[in-house]
Amino acid sequence: MATKEKSLAHEEPVTPAPEHHHATNTGLSNEKLAMWAFLGSECLLFGALISTYFLYRGRSLSGPTTEDIYDIPYTSVSSFVLLMSSLTMVLALAAIQRGDYRRLRVWLLATALLGASFIAGQVYEFTSFIREGLTIKTNLFGSSFFVLTGFHGVHVTLGIVMLLSLWNLSLRGSLTQERSEVVEIAGLYWHFVDVVWIVIFTVVYLIPT
Amino acid sequence: MTTVLEPPSPEALTTAPADDTGLMRRPTEPQGVWSWITTVDHKRIGILYGVTAFIFFLAGGIEALLLRLQLAKPNGTVLGAAAYNEVFTMHGTTMVFLVVMPLSAAFFNFMMPLQIGARDVAFPRLNAFSYWAFLFGGLFLYSSFLLGGAPDGGWFGYAPNTSIVFSPGHGIDFWVFGLQILGIASTVSAVNFIVTMLNMRAPGMTLMRMPIFSWMTLISSFLILFAMPVITVALFLLAFDRNFGANFFNPAAGGDPVLWQHLFWIFGHPEVYILILPAMGMVSEVLPVFSRKPLFGYPVMVFSGIAIGFMGWGVWVHHMFSVGLGPVAVSAFSLSTMFIAVPTGVKIFNWIATTWKGSLKLSTPMLFAMGFVAMFTIGGLSGVTHAVAPHDRQQTDTYYVVAHFHYVLFGGALFGIMAGIYYWWPKIFGTMLNERLGKLNFWTWFLGFNLAFGPMHILGLQGMPRRIYTYDDSLGLNVWNMVSTVGAFIIAFSVSVFMFNIWHSHKRNRVQAPGDPWDARTLEWSISSPPPHYNFAEIPTVHALDEFWHRKYTEDDDGRPVRVAGSPGSEGDDAAHDDHGDDDHGDDDHGHGIHMPSPSYFPLVAAFGLPVMGYGMVYGRSSGQSYVVVVLGALILLGGLFAWAMEPSAEPEEEGHEPAEPATDDQPALVTAGGEEPSPPAPAPAPAPEESGT
Repeated sequence: MATKEKSLAHEEPVTPAPEHHHATNTGLSNEKLAMWAFLGSECLLFGALISTYFLYRGRSLSGPTTEDIYDIPYTSVSSFVLLMSSLTMVLALAAIQRGDYRRLRVWLLATALLGASFIAGQVYEFTSFIREGLTIKTNLFGSSFFVLTGFHGVHVTLGIVMLLSLWNLSLRGSLTQERSEVVEIAGLYWHFVDVVWIVIFTVVYLIPT
Repeated sequence: MTTVLEPPSPEALTTAPADDTGLMRRPTEPQGVWSWITTVDHKRIGILYGVTAFIFFLAGGIEALLLRLQLAKPNGTVLGAAAYNEVFTMHGTTMVFLVVMPLSAAFFNFMMPLQIGARDVAFPRLNAFSYWAFLFGGLFLYSSFLLGGAPDGGWFGYAPNTSIVFSPGHGIDFWVFGLQILGIASTVSAVNFIVTMLNMRAPGMTLMRMPIFSWMTLISSFLILFAMPVITVALFLLAFDRNFGANFFNPAAGGDPVLWQHLFWIFGHPEVYILILPAMGMVSEVLPVFSRKPLFGYPVMVFSGIAIGFMGWGVWVHHMFSVGLGPVAVSAFSLSTMFIAVPTGVKIFNWIATTWKGSLKLSTPMLFAMGFVAMFTIGGLSGVTHAVAPHDRQQTDTYYVVAHFHYVLFGGALFGIMAGIYYWWPKIFGTMLNERLGKLNFWTWFLGFNLAFGPMHILGLQGMPRRIYTYDDSLGLNVWNMVSTVGAFIIAFSVSVFMFNIWHSHKRNRVQAPGDPWDARTLEWSISSPPPHYNFAEIPTVHALDEFWHRKYTEDDDGRPVRVAGSPGSEGDDAAHDDHGDDDHGDDDHGHGIHMPSPSYFPLVAAFGLPVMGYGMVYGRSSGQSYVVVVLGALILLGGLFAWAMEPSAEPEEEGHEPAEPATDDQPALVTAGGEEPSPPAPAPAPAPEESGT
């Protein structure tokens, strides 16, 4: 990492062979490797939630269930919004790598707003489902649907907090080009959450019971 | 996530002051209670883990004694049925989550960075966070005793017994959220250790030159990383059932209690290997040193560890043979369970081959390690009898199962950990433990263990069921139950011998430990005991497996080991360095220019948010407004994390030498700032000759 290299320059007079400090064994920075490991863990979290949903598909003893309640076109639009946020995330990374801080902030904010629109859509969807008589208590479908999509929504929300923090750091001038990896790591998380949504959308909404 | 620092004042010295967050002054104390509370040093965190886990071990041990007292005689009256349920649940939960895992974590923390030649773990503050989350999780769980009753659903918490209908009290809630907090602690530390081991090994240390204990640390960290989210989901589903009326485990709404069993054991079986692999690693370090031979088949040991790590994911159904999953599932998992005995057997044969024709030195660590091999073999063999499904069906829910897993977890994990404690104690505290007391410790431990758990095989085959709080006089179970209780108290005596040994060795008859008391093989022994806070004055360059051994010995024409002239501990090597006395002040002598991560309050603050959230969730179930407390806890957690992110991991050392922007969040921060001293610190050369053990 760039900052590390900077400080290592001062190490020269002290220790003859300082290279190993910044050249990690894998070549990935610690932060990035940690994010990959964490995402590996997250795979099993969502894996277990999706398996639970699968197990209980079509096993509800009472209605309403999927066909009664889904509004596929509506959810398709909000899914599209979320997927587009991956594009703006990539643009934000490209901007900071070029050193274009203004565009970095634009795209970070755009990503956060797209994510927020998705969350708003989810809140609306949840409330309309509840109005139509599906709550977490109603049946197995209600329990597994709300918990699975709710967990995903919490992940998106945390991602938005992360993006807004980066945006704020950039405003204060401390998110510099050399530290573009911070944006890249936040991006890893963001893309992961998007990919999980693709799976959830397919499994939960599109595959008929 | 960082902030721009003012150039620090000239007074800014080693531990660094700097008022950077505006919230709290950065902690600077090098000694005293606050230095421990704010520490980010992996060695101190390791000691904190060890001490805390040992205290929980005493708690779990007292629970075990209560259980054995109750069962000593038929129709016992020491505990009532309800209290018995609470005590056995807390005994199991404590020993798994608050004793064996954190004791292993203590050694991961202390030893792994030393073994791989690093100055700290990748994320020192995250490491402190893991410890505090573990401590708070444990205290949270134990506070249930004072707050209306401990959990009583067994450590496995089978649904639907844990539902509101059957467990209306708060005990299960404490169990659910306590385990969630502990799960966060373990997952975070697993990420930390994985990154440390994959990224921060000393130059020349390829993965296949990594000491075997570090390898087992790596494998169990991966198991923790992937197993914890599964139980997290299971516990969340249960929490949604209990707190918000979901139907996951509610048969009346079509919910399937077997789902709980699957999720629990998909976590639970890898968990078994999370408990045993570190102990295997410790034993694999101890046996070669006290046999004066290299570990037999190091690569095979590594690969069989990896094989266990993979296969551990494919055997969970053997915990569920009597559930009725059908012949195909049962046969398949029968086979996979028999197969996993193969890499385990490979390890056992390699341990035996390591000692074969070695010149054995039966010191206390070696005794515990050999005890491990023998007892774990018995536990492994009774495990294979469980793999035979018809046989298992006969034993399910009897004391035979209790006997089996105590032979694996006590005869295995705890024997291995005791070997590790006696082996590494001199390194950690700079004090030798007394050998005679150590041997008394071992033999009483060995005797008590076999008396306590051996008879349970017989009781189980006689049909005594688990988890019953008493039995009738007419069942013919009296004798072996009494023997078992006597054994349990012999173990208690052995533990008090161990504590007496610690007191005696430190207060009465203190023997300063040299850097390398056992003539050992790995890098942690190449530095003083206890290690200086920066670990290595100069990061070692590694040329071989068992690097430190090869620095000390070469081979003559007949293949016998010969001391390298001038090597540590050889004749005429009087370049004795800081083995004695001044280790605590080693930084004054050698540490110039080595800039370690600075202490921080924020891991503690952030971790404190977790139990607050936990209490909010527990009491939110009975009164909705308590959920406000959850929000409060979340704010503490987030606030702690933000302040942490804004605080550089290491304070700059001297004016003008650091760039204006500090290291990013959780940089390894093994930044060596330019000091006035132009020459590198003296490379730690050698302990004095008389100290080199054999």
